Amino acid sequence: MIWNWEFAAEALPILLRGFVNTLIATAVGTLIAVVLGLIIAVAIRGLPRWINWLIRLLVAFVRNTPLIMQLMFVYFIFAGIPGLVDIPALVVGFIVIGIHYSTYMSESYRAGIDAVPPGQHEAATALSLPPVRKFTAVVLPQALRATVPSLGNYAVAMFKDTPFLFAISVVELVTSAQQFGAAKFAYTEAFTLAGIIFLAASYPTSLLIQRMEKRLATY
Amino acid sequence: MPPTENIPSATGETAPSASATPAIEFKDVEKSFGKTTVLKDLNFSVAPGERVTLIGPSGSGKTTILRLVMTLEELTGGYIYIDGKPLTHTERDGKRVELPSKVTRSMTTRIGMVFQQFNLFPNMTVLENIIEAPVHVLGKSKAEASKEAKALLEKVGLAEKADEHPTRLSGGQQQRVAIARALAMSPEILLLDEVTSALDPELVGDVLAVLRDIAETTDITMLLVTHEMQFARDVSHRVMMFDGGQVLEEGPPDQIFNNPEHERTRSFLSSVL
Ligand SMILES: Nc1ncnc2c1ncn2[C@@H]1O[C@H](COP(=O)(O)OP(=O)(O)O)[C@@H](O)[C@H]1O
Ligand SMILES: [Mg+2]
Repeated sequence: MIWNWEFAAEALPILLRGFVNTLIATAVGTLIAVVLGLIIAVAIRGLPRWINWLIRLLVAFVRNTPLIMQLMFVYFIFAGIPGLVDIPALVVGFIVIGIHYSTYMSESYRAGIDAVPPGQHEAATALSLPPVRKFTAVVLPQALRATVPSLGNYAVAMFKDTPFLFAISVVELVTSAQQFGAAKFAYTEAFTLAGIIFLAASYPTSLLIQRMEKRLATY
Repeated sequence: MPPTENIPSATGETAPSASATPAIEFKDVEKSFGKTTVLKDLNFSVAPGERVTLIGPSGSGKTTILRLVMTLEELTGGYIYIDGKPLTHTERDGKRVELPSKVTRSMTTRIGMVFQQFNLFPNMTVLENIIEAPVHVLGKSKAEASKEAKALLEKVGLAEKADEHPTRLSGGQQQRVAIARALAMSPEILLLDEVTSALDPELVGDVLAVLRDIAETTDITMLLVTHEMQFARDVSHRVMMFDGGQVLEEGPPDQIFNNPEHERTRSFLSSVL
């Protein structure tokens, strides 16, 4: 195996351009998942039984089928609908990946909400707090302490799942490495650099989440 | 047991009149958990300003009664009236109908409760705990609510703890904050369920002192459950002895403590005194 510094220097800006797509997909996908996950966790409590059942079915579907299949499914269905055909692949990508992870995050939220002690609900009732205020001021802030670290871990997992976007022709970090490698026959340089970029982004994030977890464990 | 303090017994004052509209009235109350019936055909009332202590063996239904008044348990039969108005259910055309939750919530704003386990909100500071309901239920301004909260903290001897988080306080301090939080709503009725039972013995005195002060300086109706018999004797106008979800006997504290009618009351008292 030979390492060519010239190839490496040439690859770096191309990879970083791919990495921008990786970051966009992760950031917007996380935003979608964090918001939608909470909506699912909360909605499942208060909705009529049949809607509740429908949400559960969709959640089960999303969780039990591969992400790459979901990406292709939505992308090629959109491609057949006149109004939707022009939506950029990256947009389809972060929507699908966001919805995918929202089903996992909703479970974290649910566990966090359930872990709030009954005494907290009772104190809120004894103070006659309206349900919405009770949720936003008492239940959610306490639930989030348990939930935030696991949301962070899912965001890192999502980051590592972004290469699946190649299936709908989004050129993110890994795909750009693959393309560069093929063009110059410089796979070693391209994939080594891609790995370093991934590591440089996700390892500090993991450490940050660990620290946050410790910090949040006590008031 | 707390030290026997030389405080005039509440029974020395004239007991609040029972002829006015009761502050709390239980009418044919029934409470069951699944198939277990805990309370059955329970009828009693508490006059405005009256302080009533519930005593009785563990499992006799004392906590359940307080929780029903605070709407923490679903009333499975009968009616509870607060100031003559139905709390959770009302009778309409001879039928028992549940009131909308908003109506019930507007009734519970007159009622405050202090719990054995304090149940302060750990995500808020002491001050935030106290102003939460005055601001978001009564619609007071933050400034006004904070001013009142600080006066209450002064009253319970914790003025310097306003910006602490509750977890950094001792149990006794937390319980005094919980009392201040309940008082911040200016309740007509205060429910106290074994509020000193979770405390280390040396912290009990401070909490009881605060409650004595409230009893002496306000006319809040109180329904309390306690094992502090000297305290019960000093502050209550009436003591109700419960057994198996029924009122076994009731009367002024002197009568119940010195001269109980029933053997069950006597043996219960000798077990806790
Ligand atoms: N959530 C519940 N589910 C089932 N049974 C309950 C529940 N809460 C109380 N009970 C039962 O109701 C009875 C009265 O309990 P409680 O009111 O706590 O008594 P006390 O406060 O006098 O000790 C007990 O037999 C208890 O086991
Ligand atoms: Mg009890």
